Amino acid sequence: MSDDAFVQFSEVQKSYDGETLVVKNLNLDIARGEFVTMLGPSGSGKTTCLMMLAGFEPATHGEIYIDGTAINKMAPHKRGIGMVFQNYALFPHMSVAENVAFPLQVRGYAKSDIEDRVNRALDMVRLRDFGSRRPAQLSGGQQQRVASARALVFEPKVVLMDEPLGALDKNLREEMQIEIKHLHEDIETTMVYVTHDQSEALTMSNRIAVFDDGVVQQLASPPELYERPVNAFVAYFIGENNRFYGTVKESDGDWCKVELEGDGNTVTALPVNIAGVGERTTLSLRPERVVVNPNEGQCDNVLEGVVRELIYLGDHIRTRAVVGDNEDFIVKIPNAQGHAQLEKGQSVRFGWAAEDCRALDA
Amino acid sequence: MKHTFKKTTVASAAAVGLMGVPSVGFADSLTIVSWGGAYEESQRRAYYEPFMEMTGIDIVQESRSAEGLAGVRAQVEAGNVTWDIVDMLEPDSMRGCDDGVLEVIDHDEILKPAPDGTPPTEDFVLPMRDCYIPQILYSTALAYNSEAFDGEEPSRVEHVWEMDEFPGRRSLRRVPAGNLEWALVADGVPRDEVYDVLMTRDGPERAFAKLDEIKDDVLWWTEGAQPPQLLADREVAIASGYNGRFFNAQVVEDQPIEIIWHGQVLESDGWVVPQGKLSEDVRQFLRFATDTQRLADQAKYIAYGPARASSAAMVGDHADTGVDMAPHMPTHPDHIEVGILQDAEFWADMGDTLEERFSSWLAR
Amino acid sequence: MAQSDNANPEVMTTSDGTPLKESLRRSMRRNRIKALLLVAPLGLFIFFSFVMPILTMMYRSITNPEIIDHLPRATAELRAWTPAESDLPPESFFRAISLDMLTADEEDRHIGRAGGQLNYEIPGARSMLGRTGRAVTSLDEPPDSWKDFILEQHRLWEDPATYQIMQRQMNPITAQYYLNALDFRYDAEGNIERQPEFQRIYVELYWRTLWVSALITGLTILLGFPVAYLLANLPMRISNLLMILVLLPFWTSLLVRTSSWIVILQSQGVLNDILVLLGVVADDNRPRMIYNMIGTVVGMTHILLPFMILPLYSVMKGIPPSYVRAARSLGANPVVAFFRVYLPQTVAGIGAGSILVFILSIGYYITPALIGGSSGQLISNFIAYHMQSSLNWSLAAALGGILLVAVLILYYFYNKLIGVDKMKLG
Repeated sequence: MSDDAFVQFSEVQKSYDGETLVVKNLNLDIARGEFVTMLGPSGSGKTTCLMMLAGFEPATHGEIYIDGTAINKMAPHKRGIGMVFQNYALFPHMSVAENVAFPLQVRGYAKSDIEDRVNRALDMVRLRDFGSRRPAQLSGGQQQRVASARALVFEPKVVLMDEPLGALDKNLREEMQIEIKHLHEDIETTMVYVTHDQSEALTMSNRIAVFDDGVVQQLASPPELYERPVNAFVAYFIGENNRFYGTVKESDGDWCKVELEGDGNTVTALPVNIAGVGERTTLSLRPERVVVNPNEGQCDNVLEGVVRELIYLGDHIRTRAVVGDNEDFIVKIPNAQGHAQLEKGQSVRFGWAAEDCRALDA
Repeated sequence: MKHTFKKTTVASAAAVGLMGVPSVGFADSLTIVSWGGAYEESQRRAYYEPFMEMTGIDIVQESRSAEGLAGVRAQVEAGNVTWDIVDMLEPDSMRGCDDGVLEVIDHDEILKPAPDGTPPTEDFVLPMRDCYIPQILYSTALAYNSEAFDGEEPSRVEHVWEMDEFPGRRSLRRVPAGNLEWALVADGVPRDEVYDVLMTRDGPERAFAKLDEIKDDVLWWTEGAQPPQLLADREVAIASGYNGRFFNAQVVEDQPIEIIWHGQVLESDGWVVPQGKLSEDVRQFLRFATDTQRLADQAKYIAYGPARASSAAMVGDHADTGVDMAPHMPTHPDHIEVGILQDAEFWADMGDTLEERFSSWLAR
Repeated sequence: MAQSDNANPEVMTTSDGTPLKESLRRSMRRNRIKALLLVAPLGLFIFFSFVMPILTMMYRSITNPEIIDHLPRATAELRAWTPAESDLPPESFFRAISLDMLTADEEDRHIGRAGGQLNYEIPGARSMLGRTGRAVTSLDEPPDSWKDFILEQHRLWEDPATYQIMQRQMNPITAQYYLNALDFRYDAEGNIERQPEFQRIYVELYWRTLWVSALITGLTILLGFPVAYLLANLPMRISNLLMILVLLPFWTSLLVRTSSWIVILQSQGVLNDILVLLGVVADDNRPRMIYNMIGTVVGMTHILLPFMILPLYSVMKGIPPSYVRAARSLGANPVVAFFRVYLPQTVAGIGAGSILVFILSIGYYITPALIGGSSGQLISNFIAYHMQSSLNWSLAAALGGILLVAVLILYYFYNKLIGVDKMKLG
């Protein structure tokens, strides 16, 4: 194990039925104080990993360490992990203050000490005046903050959050993302966060582990993940992207030429994860990197297309066009001074740089 | 004329309301309520089937005699009587008669005389009650499992109380009737004086005190099917029960059960007619089902004694096993000799009080 | 502002000037009538099959109409007479009662109904009236003295207490049955006194019934809680099977279920045989586990168990596993997590199950009757006895009335403590 890993999954496998693996050979190191998000679609194994870490599911194979100690055989309540659940799991028969005091009480803290810490924790989430209320009397965001306070009040070594914002509406969710991010910055505890919402992951995390099919597809910082996805799944899952399928015609290591399926056009792309010349590949291109009607020589690649749909979204105009085989070619045209004025049915040239077009696995 | 005086007095006293005119059933079917089990089966074979064949009148059976008087009273009070004839115990019939929910029967008018011409009121072996036609005499007797005793087997009422000589639990019916009589007999009261003693202020006290001696060893039964079963299971060594049930277990099912005829309490069971139901069909049935031959026939199917003296000679063998029924009859002279004839009037009068006292005694 | 005050000139109106309230009422009327019509059959059914019988029984428990109805002339005479005047009432009373008997005979035979009434207080009064009635109606001509004639018929006519009790029974409204139901009675002078020791029974039975019901409720909680927990938490396939096992007793005849306990528990039964075989008890010292209180408790616990399991199950089904997980992750060991987090959330189910089981067991009588022996009888067995055997329906009604009040009181306290609105039946 590496020295700076605070939480470490080592060759962890998990199967529920003895026939299929839900988690396939997971190796993951999380540094002390880091905010790591496990991101992936449902059924990708991310929640199972969290449950194994919390102690509610045993690992079928492999070992999990916290601060150098193997915890596979340790009961959940001895692991010193604070956890925030999807629906907060605030105890409905206890008041807010009682909920927050619960982890301190079961740890046998002195009464005055408990009161002190509960007050501080409630201050931290700005709910000092709500201590005597019942959870059911709070709004969703307030409940979320109580759950966070409860998970943090006993200063756990690690805090786990299982889709903690899933039940909130969009505005509140974005607000709470920032709030949790700030909480983490303030207390500098290690956080493992599970979500299927990529923007949430991008907003808060130091690093993101993208899960699919029981395997971590990529573990990287948000800009890295967005700008340089290592495979088609990550590219597809993180942010929006236009995809083309084609065959690699030639490659010199820095650049490769890809013949697109359908119209037979050839484009230049950045080879990231290709099997070799003559093999199929998926090209990934972020919509915001597309230039409309570029000047001659401005772009490495230029393709003709026909505008099918224009959606006015205020800050930008989302444009859907048909380019070659791709009927869902998306371009984001910023609503800036002097932007391109397109019309439905209009023929347009779309251009982009070779380095923005990443050739990935098929 | 007997009625003249009555009519004038009444007329001068108050207006007379017309009530209780018997309704005549138009449908050719009779609903007859009885006790179910082997007993009702014997009635079906001895009375119902020949009657239906003879008259074409359909008989609907209901096995609800256990709540017979309560049922009749509820139906009469509700003004919707669905039962035509009910098989009932003698003390209950007397209470129902006094309560006015049963028809008064003129026995000599409705019933057939004996083959030799003896009028019914003389042919029946019991005093006739106003609303009641006796049918059979049965007894609540003691019986034991012969395998439960190695040496001497119990043969007298006193032996129930002798726990050392005749060890094993007892089972008695959860009512005071019968048990109080036995307690007095066991306490030394002659069999023919038990009701005189019970009638006195201290009589019941004496009987309950005697029952106290065995209270802890008694399992109280409520359903007639229980005692033969309890004996057969060796759950108890001695039990009281209906002699017909014991006969069935002993002869038909071949269980090691013996009846102690000493102290058997003879009671009668018979027909009553709910208020307003004395129709022509009902009269026809009663006339048929209580004649000398039919009563004797019933004894072919169950070990209960016919209520007519003239039937006794005609009792033959058991229909299914061919056993001679006479020695199994509670009315056999040897058995009557050692038995107790239940005083129906005593129980009709004192039943309420003694039942309450018995319940209270049991609960303590 | 226009409010509910009609005197206020600024009454809220609709655009055509109709008062808003009036308009609203009119628009809602159709719906109200429709709703009423829909529930009417149920309402009528409940009224006739439930409310009416209860009211009739309650009425019966405080009324005493038999004597007045059936012996009108005699009661009139008896009112005028006081025991101080003479030991026995005068000739006029006996003449009046004879007329009553003759009238009764002409109309019907209800004279005995009065006798049945008196018989609860004066054992033998039923046959006293019955026998005398038959003697009077078979007379060809009036005797010289009605008094002498009647006194000859039954010994009770010579007892002054007979007339005092008759005087008291003439009162159409009586507390007698409620007194009896609480082991009190009127003495000959009409004072309230406790029943003699050997007649006292009901108060103890009420306590026993409450105590046993509480015990059974407790046992069903202990036994039903783990089962309900398994039902709520096992995988669907297994829990469905388990649910069928829980419901199976519901589909089996009550008698069969009760009888099977006889087979198991009797002294020569399966359980005792096993105990003897294992050498736990001696063959001649088999414990008595049936036909006593143990039989009642075991049988009723078994029969009422589903009534505890089902509400518990429905409540537990609604408790997500994340609560206990949260408690565990927050540092609670399994025991603490159960008692501080899981158990409190099942209170609504425990409450609902308890009140169901408790009220059902208070009214249960078949099982105690079959396997309760003499020590396992409950108050309902005596209500049934007075309904079916002794035919003292008034006493049965009074016993039932007290039970009803007891249940309502318990319900009141339950509502105060737990809250009926929190009850969850399924």
